[in-house]
Amino acid sequence: MGAGHGHRLHFHGHSPVHRAPAHVKVLTLLGFMLVVVATPREAYAVLAAEAAVLLGVVLLSRVPLTYLLPRMVVELPFVVFAVLMPFISHGPRTEVLGITVSEPGLVAGVALLIKGSIGVLGALTLAATTEPQDLLRGLQRLRMPELLVQIMGFMIRYLDVVTAELGRMMTALRSRGCDPRSPRHWPVLARSLGALFIRSYERGERVHLAMLSRGYDGKLP
Amino acid sequence: MSTPVLDVRGLAFAYPDGHQALFGVDLHVHAGERVALLGPNGAGKTTLVMHLNGILTAGRGEVAVSGLPVTKEHLKEIRGRVGIVFQDPDDQLFLGTVRQDVAFGPANLGLRGAELDRRVMDALDRVGMADFVDRPPHHLSYGQRRRVAIATVLAMEPEVLVLDEPSSNLDPASRRELADILLGLDVTVLMVTHDLPYALQLCPRSIVLSEGVVVADRSTFDVLTDEALMAAHRLELPWGFDPRRIDSLPR
Repeated sequence: MGAGHGHRLHFHGHSPVHRAPAHVKVLTLLGFMLVVVATPREAYAVLAAEAAVLLGVVLLSRVPLTYLLPRMVVELPFVVFAVLMPFISHGPRTEVLGITVSEPGLVAGVALLIKGSIGVLGALTLAATTEPQDLLRGLQRLRMPELLVQIMGFMIRYLDVVTAELGRMMTALRSRGCDPRSPRHWPVLARSLGALFIRSYERGERVHLAMLSRGYDGKLP
Repeated sequence: MSTPVLDVRGLAFAYPDGHQALFGVDLHVHAGERVALLGPNGAGKTTLVMHLNGILTAGRGEVAVSGLPVTKEHLKEIRGRVGIVFQDPDDQLFLGTVRQDVAFGPANLGLRGAELDRRVMDALDRVGMADFVDRPPHHLSYGQRRRVAIATVLAMEPEVLVLDEPSSNLDPASRRELADILLGLDVTVLMVTHDLPYALQLCPRSIVLSEGVVVADRSTFDVLTDEALMAAHRLELPWGFDPRRIDSLPR
């Protein structure tokens, strides 16, 4: 059990970025990302300017980059895809470091990498400076459908419970001589993830019963 | 005699898959009583509890709460009268802060503003958790979460508090603290439990449910000292525990 503040992505602080209202931050991030996505792929100066703006906000928030960068590993699958693109695309060939690659593929790969990294870093900055509860209230103020806000709230609330449950299952597997990291044991891992899904589903039903018992009728008060 | 708070008559129920859990249960609980519902695993205790506030609907027989039959049109009223505290506090506490969670029930009953705040703080006071009102529930210890779970139901000011295994997974100190809290509450209690010493400490009267029927309804002391009854229904006292050697029993 951690104490005090919320989740693992949040970095406690009191900077202007931390204090800004959540709905403003969400809208700003959304607008910023639309601009980034709409930037032509070869306008590197514009992309650099956008990256500089984002880094400026990160500096202002006083969240250390050493905190944000390791959390960018979620981007890894896209990085793999971006690296593959120059090799699997068609079109005129060009030479980079002695390897012949597809030129449009190279441009697309680099653009994907830059835009993806800006997006992930932006999202991480929002997460690092906003408590999940505030984020939900911000979305509510933005008139996001009530049901979606509720679902997100439940996700945040039960993330820890389900992760702890997964942790206990993994410990139980290891105690019986199974190494969840070894590919030989992946079938077992897959089955326990299935079991975790069923357990979470059943917990969902129990939570719903407990809500009904307290007079829940479809909307949170 | 006055109208019982809980009045269950001839209740039978089978699950949709055909498994029959209850075969004609009769029981009644009067205002101010604390009653334990005992029985082995699979006796139908939880099924019975789910009928008390209309989560499950009786196949045959009827359930009434202070004279009001548990039927679809009365569900809202019934759920305000019968407060069920489920076994796992993580199932009961699902919002971001203790305050929101405790306010959830009374807000569903239509309370707002100062009255809602009063209910929340009152309920938390009664379980000794008022200092934790703005904490996220998942940062509390298990025993604290159990107490907050009870507060979420107390805040609805129910006529009867139904507790499912209140002492499970608690360390001895939390278990005793919870007993002190429950003894101090001025409400009618029906407590489902396997913890027989806890039943003896808290509930003067016990009902034994076994294979979907009530097999005994007597004082807890009589039930726990009836070796034939206990053995026939897989009830066992912890090793070394003898109810006859306890000098102060609740009445």
